Amino acid sequence: MNENATLSQHDYKKTILKTSIKGIILLITGLLLIIILIGFSIAYGAADIKLATVWESVSHFNPDASSHQIIREIRLPRAIGAVLTGALLAVSGAVMQGLTRNPLASPSIMGVTEGAAFALVVTLSFFPAASIIILTFSSFIGAGLGVVLVFLIGAFSKGGLTPVKLALAGTAVGAMLNAISNAIALHFQVAKDMSFWYAGGLTMVNWGSVKILITAGIIGLLLAMFISRSITILSLGEEVSKGLGQNTLLVKSLGVIVVLALTGAAVSIAGAVGFIGLVIPHITRFMIGSDYRWIIPLSAVFGGLLLVLADIAARMVNAPFETPVGAITAIIGVPFFLYLARGERRGL
Amino acid sequence: MNVLREKLHRFILIFSLLLIMTIIVFIFSLNTGVVRIAPLDVFKTLIGMGTDRDQLVLVDFRLPRMVLSLLIGAGLATAGAILQGVAKNDLADPGILGINTGAGFAVILFIYFFQGSMNSISTLGIFLLPLFGLVGAVTAALMIYLLAWKKGIDPVRLILVGIGVNAAFGAAIIIFQLKMNPQDFMQAAVWLSGDIWGANWKMVSVLTPLILLLLPFAIYKGHILNQLNLGEQVAAGLGLKVEKERRLLLLISVGLAGFSVAAGGGIAFLGMVAPHIARRLIGPRHQLLLPLTALLGSFLVLLADTLGKNLLAPTQIPVGIIVAVFSAPYFIYLLMKAK
Repeated sequence: MNENATLSQHDYKKTILKTSIKGIILLITGLLLIIILIGFSIAYGAADIKLATVWESVSHFNPDASSHQIIREIRLPRAIGAVLTGALLAVSGAVMQGLTRNPLASPSIMGVTEGAAFALVVTLSFFPAASIIILTFSSFIGAGLGVVLVFLIGAFSKGGLTPVKLALAGTAVGAMLNAISNAIALHFQVAKDMSFWYAGGLTMVNWGSVKILITAGIIGLLLAMFISRSITILSLGEEVSKGLGQNTLLVKSLGVIVVLALTGAAVSIAGAVGFIGLVIPHITRFMIGSDYRWIIPLSAVFGGLLLVLADIAARMVNAPFETPVGAITAIIGVPFFLYLARGERRGL
Repeated sequence: MNVLREKLHRFILIFSLLLIMTIIVFIFSLNTGVVRIAPLDVFKTLIGMGTDRDQLVLVDFRLPRMVLSLLIGAGLATAGAILQGVAKNDLADPGILGINTGAGFAVILFIYFFQGSMNSISTLGIFLLPLFGLVGAVTAALMIYLLAWKKGIDPVRLILVGIGVNAAFGAAIIIFQLKMNPQDFMQAAVWLSGDIWGANWKMVSVLTPLILLLLPFAIYKGHILNQLNLGEQVAAGLGLKVEKERRLLLLISVGLAGFSVAAGGGIAFLGMVAPHIARRLIGPRHQLLLPLTALLGSFLVLLADTLGKNLLAPTQIPVGIIVAVFSAPYFIYLLMKAK
């Protein structure tokens, strides 16, 4: 802040301009890469399909060609689903980190997955005939339950939600929900259905799930952009934010809604995909600075990029079998988490 | 010295009370389960006058499982107490730090590569299992120690790094688990959340000497934990080779955790909760704290096992689940209180 204050008006405008140009370039490059990778993602799979065929199926769709059918009904929704899930998780992580000023905040360490699994187990046990929409909706609520529990623990604990406390609270809430769902799953014998969900990843993504992701994504992203300026100010500190006349409670509440919508949708579709929400906002911040008006859209692009890439890797590593995409993102994410943890100096 | 004697009296009182409670739960646990056996029949069977069926249920299934519960409980609880002492952090727990997950990963690897199935563990396998648990636990602990090292060990960094290592092993476990057939997958999942599984006398005979060797050694080293708690400088001033002793203690703790996990899966939170309750009861002096923690751990796991087989009968709920459901809220409460 001090540096900015000493800058002349002219220099200040120049910096803003520079950030904007950089942001636009990054945004466009990212989007182009995503399109290319979607092409690869569609072409790669059990049935070999050429990139030219991929383009053909989009430009001149022929309902009689089986490869076109595979692309339209299985591979295209999967690739788009991967991009959207990654984008949603990354933005959710960015908003969490901005609101809590906590570098470790992210959906994967806040009991989100366990919450969703818990809600699924309960639904499967007590309403075995539940439709896929109801199941999605319930895991949505469950994911929210996890986040809210962790936030509440933070709100009511002495000294606020420090990074270590957040991580420990997430672990504890996760372990507890996990234990309860295991017990219920064993008693009602729905454990088998659940192992399927844990392994799930992006295998089951169809156009219906893409619709859910798009709906939640539009609402969440618009709202996130709407409060992005306030998040930037809030990330400078609660006092600064209040001093500038911001209604911090309102911003935080809207932020929580964003997090719930984005994380809930992503987890209900793709299950346990960790660390994207942790890693991407950090990388984005490193590239573009601390302005959330840029961090949020860029996180969305890079998050999508990372997950579609991870999904391709998940299919390649042990072909023809699929490795869970969550394991791939963990392999990328854990070293990053450790790097952040090593830099962490603030105490419990 | 009067204070000391008072403490000792208090210790003996609490210890005996807890012992009596453990015996009561033990007897109750012997009677209950899928097959109910009346106390008189239990007695008859134990002196060798029971029916063949009672003999089979009690001696071959129930007793080894209960003895294992006692051993695992003592092992994990003591491991946690040492870890808390060394890390100087009340929230340290082998489960949260990823040591249990590391041991679990090694065991899953072993079963995947050498045994083929969760059900058909060979005799040799039973002897090798604790070894693999130990190797996994030591690997995880080494990783945590090295990654958290930055001109010394900072307790906060240790915990954060532990959480990261936990996630890494968790992901690795998922990869191998998914390669197993569905039935093994579920069994592995249940076992990983803490289940005394494959309980038989062979397992007991392997585990008993290991745990019973490490426990007294840990208690013997208790005075060093007391000195470490005074702070590094004071401990060094008292003539303690801080880093060397700390490593030895960590090794004992990791060994206890590794052996216990190999037999009972990752029972999370027990290593955190048992030392806490014990400290409330008797205070921070480790010579008294460690034995009480061990007994309390045994009691809690036996109680959880007994609850687990009766609560939702005929469904058997794994011990780890019962322990987690009751201890996680306590952990959260402690977390909220901590500054």
